[in-house]
Amino acid sequence: MSSETKQILTTDGIPLEISLKKAERKNKIKAFLLVAPLLLFLIITYIFPIGEMFTRSIDDKMITNMLPKTFKSMETWDGKELPSEEVFASFLSDFKILVEKKEHGKLAQRLNKEKNGFNTITKKLFRQVKRNKIDETQSIKEQIMKVHKRWRNVEYWQAIKRTAPPYTSAKYLKAMDMYLNEDNKITQVSEDRRIHRILWLRTVEVAFFVTVFCFLMGYPIAHLLATLPMKYSNLLMICVLLPFWTSLLVRTASWMILLQQQGVVNDFFVMIGLVAEDNRPEMMYNKVGTYVAMTQILLPFMVLPLYSVMKTISPSLMRAGKSLGGTPFVAFWKVYFPLTIPGIGAGCLLVFILAIGYYITPALVGGASGTLISNQIAYHMKTTLDWSFASAMGLMLLGGVLVIYWLYNKLVGVDNIKLG
Amino acid sequence: MALPKYTETRYRIWHYFYIAICTFVFIFLIAPLFVIFPLSFNAEEFLVFSEGMKNLDPDAFSLRWYKDMVYGTKNPWGLAAKNSFIIAIFATLGSVILGTVAALGLSSRHMPFKGIIMATLISPMIVPLIISGVAIFFFMAKAGLAATHTGIVLAHIILGTPFVVITVTATLSGFDHSVTRAAASLGSNPVNTFMKVTLPLILPGVISGGLFAFVTSFDEVVVVLFLAGLENTTIPIQMWTGLREQLSPTILAVATCLIVLSTLILISAELLRRRSERLRGINR
Repeated sequence: MSSETKQILTTDGIPLEISLKKAERKNKIKAFLLVAPLLLFLIITYIFPIGEMFTRSIDDKMITNMLPKTFKSMETWDGKELPSEEVFASFLSDFKILVEKKEHGKLAQRLNKEKNGFNTITKKLFRQVKRNKIDETQSIKEQIMKVHKRWRNVEYWQAIKRTAPPYTSAKYLKAMDMYLNEDNKITQVSEDRRIHRILWLRTVEVAFFVTVFCFLMGYPIAHLLATLPMKYSNLLMICVLLPFWTSLLVRTASWMILLQQQGVVNDFFVMIGLVAEDNRPEMMYNKVGTYVAMTQILLPFMVLPLYSVMKTISPSLMRAGKSLGGTPFVAFWKVYFPLTIPGIGAGCLLVFILAIGYYITPALVGGASGTLISNQIAYHMKTTLDWSFASAMGLMLLGGVLVIYWLYNKLVGVDNIKLG
Repeated sequence: MALPKYTETRYRIWHYFYIAICTFVFIFLIAPLFVIFPLSFNAEEFLVFSEGMKNLDPDAFSLRWYKDMVYGTKNPWGLAAKNSFIIAIFATLGSVILGTVAALGLSSRHMPFKGIIMATLISPMIVPLIISGVAIFFFMAKAGLAATHTGIVLAHIILGTPFVVITVTATLSGFDHSVTRAAASLGSNPVNTFMKVTLPLILPGVISGGLFAFVTSFDEVVVVLFLAGLENTTIPIQMWTGLREQLSPTILAVATCLIVLSTLILISAELLRRRSERLRGINR
């Protein structure tokens, strides 16, 4: 704008540009204030606790707070030979405080996790301290070393030193069946104890195949629904929507009835002579049950996005393809299929995301060979009470889901999610 | 879908194959729900079709399990149903109010950081329930709300709002903003404009979002498993325990009632969707 043009003023004498900006800002604040209550609510009750899961999963402050003097004096110790008198002395004074607070058991437990054998020797030391057998005027190092031969072993002192940092990656390593060995190197646990890796792989495998099955079954019926005349398709749509609105537990229960050994599916197989009466296959409490039930439960999430995309494709396009000399197959493959790709992306990602975190159905019909990582998380939350481990696994799962969510957002956009 | 007379044989075969697949998938989708229905009227204690049922003998059917559901000794279903309805109603109210207000802000074109805020608001729907359960449990335990109705209602508001936000923003995307400007120019204040002009127009979207929130809460079990004490047991929790321990026909009676309920919800959701499309002038 050249300086000669007269500035446009509003009626109250403020330049129009400033006035407009002011109004704009006011609108922005207004819009934000509308969103603020929900946003604040979610941040406090949801986003923040997810962050807390992270601090919980790496937290190792308990022992850091239990042995403050020991770790302070250990700072100068090179960790190769037995530590000096000073370290022993400060360990004893930390230990005495713990005995007074009756927390020595917790210490033993934590140290035993780091290296087996701490339980016994901590108990022995506790008895000596309790009976006031340790004379502080003499060498504390000598006396502690006399309590048990393991106190003379440098490996145990190295183990204590390893617990010094207030944060640990141990839970994450454990979820990958790995741990930090004596030399601070990441090592794998012995082969027969690698349970978590199997679970991760199985979770991804189940989610992947359920997605594939949903796609293979969902695509044809979405196509049928989109091409049939309205009055028929509305009726058939109920078959998709009714399961969608029905309780997950009801649907799982019906699969439990159908798939049991004396169940309807097995009856049917016997009737048509597929299997012998006395040789009914076990279809529940294994992976078969998980696959069948999850596919049926998640199928509507595949059909609905596919249907909404297919509905917008004009049938004349297929006719044009055919009239230009393509066989029906070629016309479908070259014209129709590429147009449905956005729907395929949306449906597959939605099903995959939902399947990867599934809990209820695998827990009920999965049995031992059909449980997934989320069952393991629930197990540690409710049974072993190892909440930090459950948090670590949960966050790893969340990381995977967020990557997929981000992809989904890139490809489809969250605001394009259609429901019903 | 009749085929034209000139269709070649191989396409004819392919077409029937396609129809067969579709029929199979539709049966696969809907049949499991219909298995529950007759079995819940079973006179015996087993979860298989008895010989009498196969022969349609009237003595093989009874309302025994429905009576057990309502009058049974040490019956957990009454309390569970009461809790479920109370929790779901309050959770729905909370989700609808918070979600609708947020959706109004989100669909304003002046909204700053729209993408990231939308992603945050939708996140409880995307994050696996088990993780939401752990996180919400940590919060409620700290706030002293574990094993209380309030805690569960708040948890279900978290899980229900994304549905309201999505449906209401979708409804607002076809909303003609000139009507609110018209109302303002006629001297209406913003609250009055919302109540008298905007809300009636977006009501179908709001209600269908509310239905989603209601169903989410009514059917939710993972988070409640972490939060609920004995006093807060809900229908899904009772079903979960029942299915884990022993499948009894009473569960099937409950399941049948739930299917009837979901059918009613489906019908209302469908009617609302059509009404909403009519109001927004979308013709098909």
